Amino acid sequence: MSQPSSSELQSSRPPAPEGAATRLIACRDCDLLQQEVPLERHADAHCIRCNSVLYRGTRTGMNLMLSLMLACAFLLIVSNVFPIAVLEAQGTRVEATLFSTVLTVYDQGRELVALLVLLTTIVLPALEIGCLLYLLVPLWLGRPASRTPLVFRLVMAIHPWSMMEIFLLGVLVTLVKLNDFATIIPGVSLWSFCALIVFFTAASSAFSTRDFWEWVVSSQAGQLEELPQ
Amino acid sequence: MASAMTHGLASCHTCGMLSRLDGAAAAHCPRCAARLHARKPDSLSRTWALVVLAYVLYIPANLLPILESRALLTAESNTIMSGILLFWEGGSWMIAALVFIASIVVPMTKLLALTWLLISVQMKSRAKPYQRTQLYRMVEFIGRWSMLDIYVVALTVTLVQVGTLASIEVGPGALAFGAVVVVTMIAARSFDPRLIWDAAGEAE
Repeated sequence: MSQPSSSELQSSRPPAPEGAATRLIACRDCDLLQQEVPLERHADAHCIRCNSVLYRGTRTGMNLMLSLMLACAFLLIVSNVFPIAVLEAQGTRVEATLFSTVLTVYDQGRELVALLVLLTTIVLPALEIGCLLYLLVPLWLGRPASRTPLVFRLVMAIHPWSMMEIFLLGVLVTLVKLNDFATIIPGVSLWSFCALIVFFTAASSAFSTRDFWEWVVSSQAGQLEELPQ
Repeated sequence: MASAMTHGLASCHTCGMLSRLDGAAAAHCPRCAARLHARKPDSLSRTWALVVLAYVLYIPANLLPILESRALLTAESNTIMSGILLFWEGGSWMIAALVFIASIVVPMTKLLALTWLLISVQMKSRAKPYQRTQLYRMVEFIGRWSMLDIYVVALTVTLVQVGTLASIEVGPGALAFGAVVVVTMIAARSFDPRLIWDAAGEAE
């Protein structure tokens, strides 16, 4: 591959057709400047040097994203109301919900650990889903939410710290571990939590930052285009 | 090779948009208003500080018990490692392996990998930048999975309420271990992998 002159830039694919808008993008892992090219659905653009994902192609329309998020919100509420697991042994019966787990740890004097569990399994996931709904509902109605940049940054900051799927694995490990000593009955919450994670992961992997900002720009211009379903 | 920084451009770490950086004024991304930097600020010193802190916390995380059970006549403490051995001896090999990987292998790998990445960047190494970037991406990805043990401990103490004569409680090691996970996650986020390529790019 030849060295580019200062006026030439490398593309990850053959150059876009004449007249198509091309933008520059820099790889977030190696800073190489590259040209954005139009992508097919479900395709991602990768950096030619270090293969990190530069940007993602359109995967889903706004309707589907919004439906997934609403489903997630509902499932999150269900998951917090009902018990995750019930343990029965020697005549006693103990139910554990997400919040009762946090409270138990707190009552045992481990307040910071309780806070960590509270944040990563209840507060931050709820906040992330809430913020995404805050951003998507107005867009769906045709105008961007006020303070979109702030809420967008908040979602991006929170995302790595919402660890629902790891908690789910923790539940499974605990259930298997305790099954030898007592009768463990999975609760309603376990299933709703699984569904929540499936939907949420589907929504996160379908989320394209590029698409999102295009939706924002379109709605600011007053017209929301027909989005591919 | 043309990097954004050499052209006076910076990629927004939040939304990915490329913008021009002018001079010394604090720049913000025009799209999402996040602070713009050519490179993550003080990446090396911050990451070093956090990595060292994580090494220090790793000691009490493994020496202090993570679970304490008390019965009428006996008391038993379990550290992460002794808990894993209990699983292993009890025949739950898969769980023992899973907890071992999540609680011992993953944090140690993250710390060693970050240490190596830091040293390689400080020494301006030009060797294998692609592999080092892949290593960084792996470190970023696996870090959060170490929280597994914290959740297992929390759920165990919640479900196993055997009454007033006996108790199972979260031990002090849990806080140290939780701190290790959080600190290593922040350390990975403060490291800028573009520094790997800056050193490699100087040759060209």
